[in-house]
Order: sequence, then structure tokens, then C-alpha cells
Amino acid sequence: METSLWRTLTQRRSVAVGLVILAVVGVAAVFAPLLAPYDPDAMSIRDRLTPPGADWWLGTDEFGRDTFSRLIYAGRVSLTVGLGVAALASLIGIALGLIGGFFRRLDPPVSRLIDAMMAFPDILLAIALVAALGGSLVNVILALAVVYAPRIARVVRASTLVIRELPYVEAARALGVSTPRVLVHHVLRNMVSPIIVQATFIFAYAMLAEAGLSFLGVGVDPATPTWGTMINAARQYVGTADWLILFPGIAITLCVLSLQIAGDGLRDALDPRISKEL
Amino acid sequence: MLSHIVNRVIGMIAVMFIVLTTVFVIVRLAPGDPAAMMLGPEATPEDAAELRARMGLDRPIPVQYVAFLAQMVSGDLGESIFFNRPVLEVMAARAEPTVFLTLFSILIAVAIAIPVGVVSAYTRGSLFDQGALSTAMLAASVPSFWTGLMFQQYLATHLGWFPVSGYGGPDASFIQRMGHLVLPSVVLGIVNSALIIRFSRASMLDILSDDYIRTARAKGMTEWRVVMRHAFKNALIPIVTVIGLTFALLISGAVVTERVFNLPGVGSLVVGAVLRRDYPLIQGTLVVVAGLYVLINFLIDMIYLAIDPRVKF
Repeated sequence: METSLWRTLTQRRSVAVGLVILAVVGVAAVFAPLLAPYDPDAMSIRDRLTPPGADWWLGTDEFGRDTFSRLIYAGRVSLTVGLGVAALASLIGIALGLIGGFFRRLDPPVSRLIDAMMAFPDILLAIALVAALGGSLVNVILALAVVYAPRIARVVRASTLVIRELPYVEAARALGVSTPRVLVHHVLRNMVSPIIVQATFIFAYAMLAEAGLSFLGVGVDPATPTWGTMINAARQYVGTADWLILFPGIAITLCVLSLQIAGDGLRDALDPRISKEL
Repeated sequence: MLSHIVNRVIGMIAVMFIVLTTVFVIVRLAPGDPAAMMLGPEATPEDAAELRARMGLDRPIPVQYVAFLAQMVSGDLGESIFFNRPVLEVMAARAEPTVFLTLFSILIAVAIAIPVGVVSAYTRGSLFDQGALSTAMLAASVPSFWTGLMFQQYLATHLGWFPVSGYGGPDASFIQRMGHLVLPSVVLGIVNSALIIRFSRASMLDILSDDYIRTARAKGMTEWRVVMRHAFKNALIPIVTVIGLTFALLISGAVVTERVFNLPGVGSLVVGAVLRRDYPLIQGTLVVVAGLYVLINFLIDMIYLAIDPRVKF
């Protein structure tokens, strides 16, 4: 099944391109120390605001730091945020969704909680949480995980409502299998696909939201290079050193676009009915 | 039908109760003394104690919670520490740019998305359809502030077609102020049209494969009449729901777009409140925005109930 899923995914050219871009960005982030031509924090005031060229592939910033090296290192942080948020939001969302969907009495409060959390605009809730917790990388991941967990919870709850009525779940319960085991082995195991699809989209949204928070100056420490902090710092050089804002913007867009294409491809591969509709 | 409306109202009250509780918890998540944090490092312990007493922070948490709920239900959102004025008054003074920015953006998003979505569905698989879907996906992937900065640089600074930033100053007329909102609205409209394009297309595709469309065609009706009078009219219902759901997305977009274009709206107000740790202002803004979202979606649900004859309770 895994082989056929992989084949279905890579058969679509756009999905294959998206996966290749993600792989390249991922490899660049992991091997940043080996790939970056310069130390991302090394300043060279003599070379400040040098346009892209042979020595500085993507130019330098106002402190003479190499944009290409910073872009690779920033990718590390941005991808960590995306991945961390997707993982943590999935954990919280799965727990909430399973509880709401499986236990009838707990469904109304859990559903209302999901509705209430989704009533907050994501950036607004995230900045309020970061304001309360403090602006560090871990707190940004925590805040965004809280913001996006209801999206996973909604999907998990809906799937649980269907799965709990299926004969094999009823059979497992009749055989005396414990509730936690039923939930994990029989219910959760059969909804991995929609969770992965949703987590892929959350990965993308979290990268956009982190960039937005950094741009507003309420995200991670401005000294930490992320694509968002790079754009925020480059604001004042728009028109004089456009490369400073152009490349981080392209990096975020490419990554988010690839994740969305991969998410769409994954959803279509796992549920061909949807691919016909969209 | 009446019982559905009553249930929906009860659900809405429950959601608002959780919204209020969440806001209460968020503000109290801050480590250390919120009063000292709000006043900054120069404040004396006496100043902090006075503010704690004024905000009721010296009382036990359950007492604070009940007082907070009672205060919010009575419509009192508290007083901003920085502005030294009621939160509602401060928000009202900054509401105009945000309200019109949101309104213009949704109009632009709908004006782009619905025709594109309808044509895309009708010409499914064509070059136009593939182009529209790819563009919509690209629009949803670009950070809105980046698009804003690019548009600002090239369309406003270089070409001079739009005001670069700000809201026209204190003496600006209403028309001049609205002129400052054109470019920000276009940016936000384009970004938000992405989701509506995908939903309009999906909704139209769904309807176009229905039996009554085939019947309408079999009766010899013109294609224009089939698409516009039969398909589009019915496809519009789920699209209206999605437009309601994009409200939260629009507010998030407005927060960053206001910052790009230096607009003195609610978005920039809340960012300023976060940087100054003005907790009453942060909590007031959260409650109002989430409350509006809940109310808009309730109203859309009611409209849905009124216009869709298939929905019966």
C-alpha cells in the first residue's frame, strides 16, 4: 500500500516537484553548517549591502552578513517551528478529538471548546499567547500549537464519530478490550491518513504564522534568523537592497506552496473521491 | 425550526463563555506579577500594588474570574493601562480603518473569487482552470505582509498609483482616508480570494453534476440560463458560509497589513498593546473579535436557514 501511495503521489508532476523542493530545503536545513559558505553571524561592515554576485551569492545585509548563509540557517528555525507546531497540535488535537468523538457525554463541551478556539483569528490568539508566555522559540511553537490544535481535533472528532459505530470497534469492545486500547489500536489507527493530511497543512500555516509574528515583532528573538525576522529586518531597505526581502519571501512561499501541494496530493491519493470533487 | 434557533443561541452562549474563560486564562498565564510587567522596570512596588488593587489582581483567582465574567457580560471591557481610557472607547476610535479594510477586502475577494471559481468549474480541466487553481494556491502561500511590502514598493513608491502608507493625517477627508485603504484592501483581497476560489469551484462542480441541471439542459434552456439561474444560485449558499468563515482569516490578515501600511486600526492597536503589555486592551480586543466571529457565523447560519429550502429542522 505504501509503495502504491508513493507511486500515486509522485505520478503527479506538481506533487513530485513539491516533494523535491521540500527535500532540498530539509537537507539544506539539516546540513546548514556544511552548506553555508559563511558564518551566518559573521559581520563584514566593508561588504555591507553588497548586491548578489560571485562572492556573495545572494548579497549581504546591513551588517555585511551573508544572506545565503543566513537563509539556510533561518530555514532550520522556520522548519523546526513548522514541524514542532504540526507535531504538538496533532498530539493535542488527537487527544481532544478522540475524547469528543468517542465519549458521547463529553462531546458537547469538547465541540464547544473547538468552536470557541476557532473563533479567535490565528495571529491574534498567537500574539496574545506569546505576549503572556514570552517571545521565545519554544513559546512560539507552544502558542501556535494551541492555535492550530482545534483544526486537527475537528477532523479527529468527525472520523471518530464514524469509526466508533463500525462493527470491528463494537466487536473489540464486546471482547472486553480496554477503552484506551480500542481508542489507540482500533480507532486512531484507522484515521492516520486524514491526520497526516491536516498536519501537512498546519505545517504550512505555522510557517506563515511564525513569519507573521516575527514581522510584527512579537515572535522569536529578532536576533534569531528566521525567514520572518529576516523580512522584518529588511523592511527599511526595500527599494535600496531588495534582495534582502526578496529571497526570504521566496523561501517561505516555496516551502508553504510545496507543503500545500504535497498536502493536496496526499489527500487526493488517500481519498480519490475528493480529488474528483476539487 | 424554532427549537433549532434556540439550540443555536444556547450553543453560541456556551462558545462565548469558553471564549471569555480562554481570554481570562491567557492573561493570567503570564509569569510573575502582571501589574509590575505592565508598569515596566521603573515602577515602584507601591505603584504595582495600586494597579493590582485597581485591576482586582490582589483577589483570589475564582473571585477574579467571577468578577471578570460579570464585567464582560455587562459590556464593560475594562480600562486600557496605556491610554487610561475605557477599552471599548479606545477600540471604537481605531475601528474605522479596520472595518473598512475588512469590508473592502471581502468585496475584492468575492469580486475576484466567484467569477473565477464559476468559470473554473464550468471549464474544468482547461488551461484557465489549472491556471486559476495554481494562482489561488500561490496566493495562499505568499505571506500577506510580503505581498503588501512588494505592492507598496512598486505600485505606490515607484509608480505613485496609491498612497504609500498612513491614513491621511488628522485633517484628511473621508474620501482621502478611504483612498489610503485601496492598496491594503487589494493585497488582503487577493490573499483571501484563494480560499473562496477553491470553494466556489468545488460548490459549482457539485451542483453542475446534479440531475436538475441535466433536466434543465434537456428542456432546451440556454447554457447561460442553466449556469446562472440554476447552478450559480444554488452554489452560492455554501459560498456564503465560507465567506463568513474567512472573517477570522481577514482579521489576522488585517493585523499584519495594518502594520505594513502604517494604518492606525485595531490590528496595530493590539500589536502595540502586546508590546506595552496592556493586558486589559489585549483581552478586550480578543473578546470583541471572537464575539464578532461567533455572531457573524450565527447570522450566516440563520441566513442559510432562510434561503435554503432543503434545510429543514
